[in-house]
Amino acid sequence: MDLNFTSAEIAFRDEVRGFFRSAIPDSIRAKVAEGEGLTRDDMIQSQRILNKHGYCTPNWPVEWGGKAWTPVQVYLYQDEMQLANVPAPIAFNVSMVGPVIAQFASTEMKQRFLPATANADIFWCQGFSEPGSGSDLASLRTRAERKGDKYIVNGQKMWTTLAQYGEWIFCLVRTNTEAKQQEGISFLLIDMKTPGITVRPIVLIDGGREVNEVFFENVEVPVENLVGQENKGWDYAKFLLGNERTGIARVGMSKAKVARIKELAAIEQSGGRPLIQDPKFREKLAAVEIELKALEMTQLRVVADERKLEKGRQNPASSILKLKGSVIQQQLTELAMEVVGPYAMPYQRDFDGRNEPAIGPDYASEAAPMYFNYRKVSIYGGSNEIQRNIIAKAILGL
Amino acid sequence: MDFDLNDEQRLLKESVDRLILDQYQFQQRKQYMAEPAGFSAPMWDRFAEQGLLGLPFPEAAGGFGGGPIETMIVAEAFGRGLVVEPYFATVILGGGLLRRAADPAVLAALGPKIVAGKLKLAFAHIERHSRYDLANVATTAKKDGGDYVLNGAKSVVLHGDAADQLLVTARLSGGQMDRDGIGLFLIDANAAGVARRGYPTQDGLRAAEVVLTNARAQLLRDNALPSIEHAVDEAIAALCAEAVGAMQSMQDLTLEYLKTRKQFGRAIGSFQVLQHRSVDMLVALEGARGMAMFAAVMAAEENPLERRRAISAAKSQIGRSGKHIGQEAIQLHGGIGMTMEYSVGHYFKRMTMIDALYGDADHHLTALAGLGGLFGAAA
Repeated sequence: MDLNFTSAEIAFRDEVRGFFRSAIPDSIRAKVAEGEGLTRDDMIQSQRILNKHGYCTPNWPVEWGGKAWTPVQVYLYQDEMQLANVPAPIAFNVSMVGPVIAQFASTEMKQRFLPATANADIFWCQGFSEPGSGSDLASLRTRAERKGDKYIVNGQKMWTTLAQYGEWIFCLVRTNTEAKQQEGISFLLIDMKTPGITVRPIVLIDGGREVNEVFFENVEVPVENLVGQENKGWDYAKFLLGNERTGIARVGMSKAKVARIKELAAIEQSGGRPLIQDPKFREKLAAVEIELKALEMTQLRVVADERKLEKGRQNPASSILKLKGSVIQQQLTELAMEVVGPYAMPYQRDFDGRNEPAIGPDYASEAAPMYFNYRKVSIYGGSNEIQRNIIAKAILGL
Repeated sequence: MDFDLNDEQRLLKESVDRLILDQYQFQQRKQYMAEPAGFSAPMWDRFAEQGLLGLPFPEAAGGFGGGPIETMIVAEAFGRGLVVEPYFATVILGGGLLRRAADPAVLAALGPKIVAGKLKLAFAHIERHSRYDLANVATTAKKDGGDYVLNGAKSVVLHGDAADQLLVTARLSGGQMDRDGIGLFLIDANAAGVARRGYPTQDGLRAAEVVLTNARAQLLRDNALPSIEHAVDEAIAALCAEAVGAMQSMQDLTLEYLKTRKQFGRAIGSFQVLQHRSVDMLVALEGARGMAMFAAVMAAEENPLERRRAISAAKSQIGRSGKHIGQEAIQLHGGIGMTMEYSVGHYFKRMTMIDALYGDADHHLTALAGLGGLFGAAA
């Protein structure tokens, strides 16, 4: 048992650390550190820098830009990226649709989409959830009817993150209404410019617009946009959801957040001394740090085990990563808001584009919105209650 | 980075797991506890035969030179067995104090006796007002010829009644709370001036109240606090591993029960509310397991600040996970979990006492917070 990395791994870590901290503009990293929203241009610029240097798609097959890194290298890459406050490449592109296309699509489709997906020449969004299909995703009802060489798509997707930026959407659609729910679903790529698509924003409680409703009314999609086989979409979706194993815990991001909370709590005063010297505050933070260390240990165990497992099999501990990681992220946004005290109150979203001076310290404006917004992380990607159902069945055998 | 055991460690694990499986079933443990000493003398000899008593001692002291990982392996198995013999008091804590604080000559003289099962130790430190503070020592030591004379009262001395020799903290100089001036002494437990009153503890082990009245003692080390702290940190790492064994057993017992116990015509494990609570137990267990490994890896760390942070973080996590799993294990069992005849309550009790040993979850959380936490610039 040895928790030290090899000298080669340390050299690799130093290399990616240096790259992340020099190649990605400070202005973008500062926004991530403070939880400010990134613009579409920020995301694309950052991803293109990663892609140019071969740091965008390490998990893809080598022929499509992957790196064949060891699990430890992938872990170090993700950890260093998060510690450096570098925005992860657009998840819809790199973690979701890219691997599905690389695994299941035809060669033509791979050539058409993969390079553009890696370079963010296409901004993807995800059409999975529907108004009636949240946790029970397989009940989805958006229909795709085959008419000649086209599918005619009708229905509605919901919670579509960044659909306002989306140039293409990958959708789960129902192509067979007779079969068992899971066996009548297909995975379809749709150009968002196609007539019949309407995007309507859903404003979240923090005031931000990141999710949308997407309506499909007699949208014509060429059959060659079908990924893999018709009615096999559920398998591809499961592959997509199981693809991201360790990054989901966001240990590096939470470590960076702890460090930032400590910096700011040394500035903010409480009772005539820095807040960081308040025993109650310190203990609350230390309690989360312990949880975070425990999560990091779990993550390292999963990483260390990964090389021993057959491909596609998961270490049981990995299922805990999302459950625990999400709660820790939420606790940290709560503490970060506590740090700024009354300056959590001003709602400064209204100042956007008006060039008015900020109220209170610069770092205060996003503290409350981020706390509100991060309630989402225990809901999306399979709510924590769904995660518990999965663990109870798959690991505990209940 | 890997979490694998090497070949020797794997062999050790197999042999100690086998020992617990064969010799330490719940009913067998009951018989051991019913012995006059409160534990089984033949089992102690068995530990000696299997080399367990010499595990953490250097070869020069007749031992096998095992480190914190080897101790973790044994302690986790002992946690599953709820071992009642004075292994923690003698080998882990007592042995650790000798390794950290005594001269090599003393270690070489006493080590082989411990390894052979002929010498049991106990650490007499706690006093009425010291709680979890290792620096709070009122017992006095006065030089008298080549020896020292000790006066004071020591409380809740684990396995103090079975011990042949006591390792005692006493003050050579300074005020009651000073870090400097604390000596570590060795006293023959049957010597004149040593009064011991043994009693059972809540978890089925033993302890003693010890009163020292002009008791003659051998000084092992003056200004011994840093050595004592390191030995206690190593002992805490072992307790963390023992706790993981106990938690794993509670988790296993509870799952087994949920799958077999039927109410309303179906296994109660089919109810979602119980499934989710079982998952939360698993999450607590995995958190504890990771932190016990962290503690084992950090136990030998010579930088006291780094080591204390890690140990406090681990002990705090273990305390909270243990309480959660223990309380839930009882609740999910229902009435049967409340009975003395069923094992789960005994794990719960051991877990609860482990929390009270060398600092509970809150104590170590406060300690960690005071040391600046684990991550970022302040740490």
